[in-house]
Amino acid sequence: MAGQDFVRSLPGGVATGPAAWLKRIHLDPLLLLALLILMSVGLVVLYSAADRSITMVENQASRFGIGILALVIAAQLPLRYYLVWAPVGYLAGVALLVLVLVIGDTAKGAQRWIDLPGLPRFQPSEVMKVLVPMMVAWYLFDRPMPPRLVDLGVALVIIGVPAALVLVQPDLGTSILVAGSGFAVILLAGLSWRWIGGAVAALVLAVPLLWTFVMHDYQKRRVLTLFDPESDPLGAGWNIIQSTTAIGSGGMYGKGMFAGTQSHLHFLPEGHTDFIIAVVGEEFGLVGVAVLLLIYTAIIARGLQLAAQAQHAFQRLLAGALTITFFVYVFVNIGMVSGLLPVVGVPLPLVSYGGTSAITLLGSFGIIMAARSQRSR
Amino acid sequence: MNPALEIRDSQRDRRIFVTRAWILFALAMLAFGGLVLRMVQLQVWDHDKYRTRSERNRIQLEPIAPPRGLIFDRQGTLLASNRPVFSLNVVRERADDLDQLLLDLSEILELSEEDVQSFRDRARRSGRPFAPILLRQSLNEEELARLAIHRHRLPGIEISTELLRHYPLGAGFAHALGAMGRLDEKDAERLDAVNYSATRYIGKRGVERVYESSLHGVVGHRQVEVDAHGRVRQVLELEPALAGQNLTLHLDVRVQQAAAAALGDRRGAVVALDPHTGGILALVSHPGYDPNPFITGISSRDYQALIADRNRPMFNRAISGRYAPGSTFKPFVGLAGLALGATTWDRRMLDNGAFRLPGQSRVFRDWSWTRGNSGGQGMVDLRRAIYRSSNVYFYDLASRMDIDRWSTFAAQFGFGRRLAIDIPEAGVGLLPDRVWKRGARGEPWYPGDSVNMGIGQGNLLVTPLQLATAVMVIANRGKVLRPRLLLSSDRPLMEFDPPPPLPDIAGVTPSDWESLVDAMEDVVHRGNLGGGQSGTAFPYIGQGIGYRMAGKSGTAQVVEIRQNETYDERELNEYQRKHAWFVGFAPADQPEIVLAVLVENGGGGSAVAAPVVRQVIDAYLQPSLVAR
Repeated sequence: MAGQDFVRSLPGGVATGPAAWLKRIHLDPLLLLALLILMSVGLVVLYSAADRSITMVENQASRFGIGILALVIAAQLPLRYYLVWAPVGYLAGVALLVLVLVIGDTAKGAQRWIDLPGLPRFQPSEVMKVLVPMMVAWYLFDRPMPPRLVDLGVALVIIGVPAALVLVQPDLGTSILVAGSGFAVILLAGLSWRWIGGAVAALVLAVPLLWTFVMHDYQKRRVLTLFDPESDPLGAGWNIIQSTTAIGSGGMYGKGMFAGTQSHLHFLPEGHTDFIIAVVGEEFGLVGVAVLLLIYTAIIARGLQLAAQAQHAFQRLLAGALTITFFVYVFVNIGMVSGLLPVVGVPLPLVSYGGTSAITLLGSFGIIMAARSQRSR
Repeated sequence: MNPALEIRDSQRDRRIFVTRAWILFALAMLAFGGLVLRMVQLQVWDHDKYRTRSERNRIQLEPIAPPRGLIFDRQGTLLASNRPVFSLNVVRERADDLDQLLLDLSEILELSEEDVQSFRDRARRSGRPFAPILLRQSLNEEELARLAIHRHRLPGIEISTELLRHYPLGAGFAHALGAMGRLDEKDAERLDAVNYSATRYIGKRGVERVYESSLHGVVGHRQVEVDAHGRVRQVLELEPALAGQNLTLHLDVRVQQAAAAALGDRRGAVVALDPHTGGILALVSHPGYDPNPFITGISSRDYQALIADRNRPMFNRAISGRYAPGSTFKPFVGLAGLALGATTWDRRMLDNGAFRLPGQSRVFRDWSWTRGNSGGQGMVDLRRAIYRSSNVYFYDLASRMDIDRWSTFAAQFGFGRRLAIDIPEAGVGLLPDRVWKRGARGEPWYPGDSVNMGIGQGNLLVTPLQLATAVMVIANRGKVLRPRLLLSSDRPLMEFDPPPPLPDIAGVTPSDWESLVDAMEDVVHRGNLGGGQSGTAFPYIGQGIGYRMAGKSGTAQVVEIRQNETYDERELNEYQRKHAWFVGFAPADQPEIVLAVLVENGGGGSAVAAPVVRQVIDAYLQPSLVAR
């Protein structure tokens, strides 16, 4: 049959059924399943965290829809498309970051949003989490690996410019993620361990300088209150006290859905956005948090696996870096809500309520899927 | 792109990548392990701590103030009640713009600088977010209505209700009932912190203070779930407050009001006692003050005016005023003379209007002395000395008594002592003796001191309550009762054990008592017998009286009159005029009411104070007569 011939001619072989059909359109069934489970869990938790607001759940679901669309489209784009557009996208992104600083909307003391006529309001810094590793991978993939010193220098500039632009918005959390996504590429490219060790040492030395010259007062306060939240129980320490209280009071099995007093009585700030893991901890307990971490682990494992199977070095580096970035999201978010890290404003991926981050995240998973599926031609 | 390069490097590149990916994945898992460990720490190891903290977050124990016990008079008239008072509070966190809100509010109702200033002080001290902070107390109905209309555009305001003390009869009973005041830090140290956790006002004076713990009641509690904004979501547990005990006092509104009316706007005091029990039927001190503004918030201007008033409305003359008893003390001098053997009912002497101590030139004069007329009451025995109020008789008697023995005898009546059970503020007056004179003045007791004390002048000082208590002893023919305000309560009171009963007066025979009462009846009823024969009070109250009253007038000097100086009422400043006293009881044979009346700077006791006594007793014994 003509149809069978067509199937055979496609990558992925001769299998049939929904999985085969997904593969035919360059989607990875396992990763997609894990993402769908995560999004479903996310919507359930959001329903409770947002005080049973069906509107917010619908909003979030529609963003997921747009995100899945972005995922599917990203998966379809051939490698050469990425290779051509990576530098263009990166430069456009940096330009937007500059624009944000000039004309951006201010929210919560930081200029993050851009509101162009005819376009939905969005944060250019979010998109940089994809564009920066893409640019670094683009620069490094056809150069010798592990990267030479000069290439490393160029890569650091590629990372440093947007990271600095985001940092001065100021948005420390996104800046860390942007830089992290770029560094992930360098790490995966095989940077020598000696250099990595040196970088870590330099970072440790740089902390006092950052503290003195770069960090804003509100950022310093967040770090200080991390170590002693009780010092300012009604101000900056409030968030940490309330989120650890929410998580701790959940115990092993949690208080039950809708029964979280910390969140429903509004003691927990940002319970439906950045601090949503506290709602999970309070209402579903240690078990709930562990299940969520398992889903994340599955996604990260599968993402790295797909990256490793990619044919082209660019694809491999980019997919690997995006997966690592996803991990950093999860770690920084849960770390800050549970009081291990300073509060830097990183959402819990695909669970926290929020538009731009959900769409870029799902889009980046499309790129990861494309990495294995799309052949260089 | 160079395909050869790609082929050459691809295997090695892939190996590097896979190794790195594995290492990073392992690090990621390590990091997730760290997160899980942190979760175990929070949710398992420290679970109890955080559970408690979350409960403390959401559950608040709100104390409920118990309604204060009511106070009634013996007829069941409400003297002290509670009424709801509405207050305006502001929750700063809910106000868009606090300064604008205060501005808007000041257009709707009167907000003084004081209100705003103390609001800001309270706001600074308040640590809790979303705590309502008091801005204006005791809103009236019009203000409430205006606030209700504008409420929608005044986010952040809250109206709270509180039961506060109210005295329906106002100024007339302020001195009889005492007063409430804001619970201050000193009170807080002494009171049970839990039971008073919702209480803002406590009894500071009088009955309100003495019976504070019974009137207060027992605090209740409400366990509520609140959200982070302090809004109550639901009541989890309710333990209602236990209302304070209702008290019934011996006070009689009719007597109290009759006394106040009889005093009119003169300064003075009236104490009326029930001789059967010692119960205080009336305790009036004029002028009084309205105690209600003190609870709902008196302006500092009004308060200053009260403090500065020369007539001292805040001063409780009835229990704290110290006055020379004047001639009202003479019956007690006579009794002392009988008991100490210094006189008998039959002993007679000539009162020619002047008395000299042997070997001394100083002349002690009779009250009837004027320039050019030596006065005097002629031949007097004890009875006549009392109803004519002969000074010379008592000068002579006093000069012949040992002051220490006399003082000891007088103390039995309560002079120089506090006999009142539940009036701790009551003054003790001053009953002098040799020890006192030596200690206070550094002088020996002179015979002249005794002579002065014989007519209730000199160092002797009494309060109206003390004098009434002493007169009650005469009314009871030697039986001494302690005056008290409390008649009954719902349940036994915890405030005190009633002190032991006092012994009867020693050394006075029943016939002595009857003769004394007869003499005091003469003061009121002996009349129409020609000049110098009538009782001193007869011309003023003795006519048309429907019962037998025993009484004694007194006129107490305020400024000392030097020898040979004329006392001219008109020349003296109003505040230097003599105090008018009258004491009495009725019916004389079986007394129902005992009275002591003082009119400050009133002049003659019989003319000024006696009619007050008559009016009050009329009101008490003949209500039908008054009604007409």
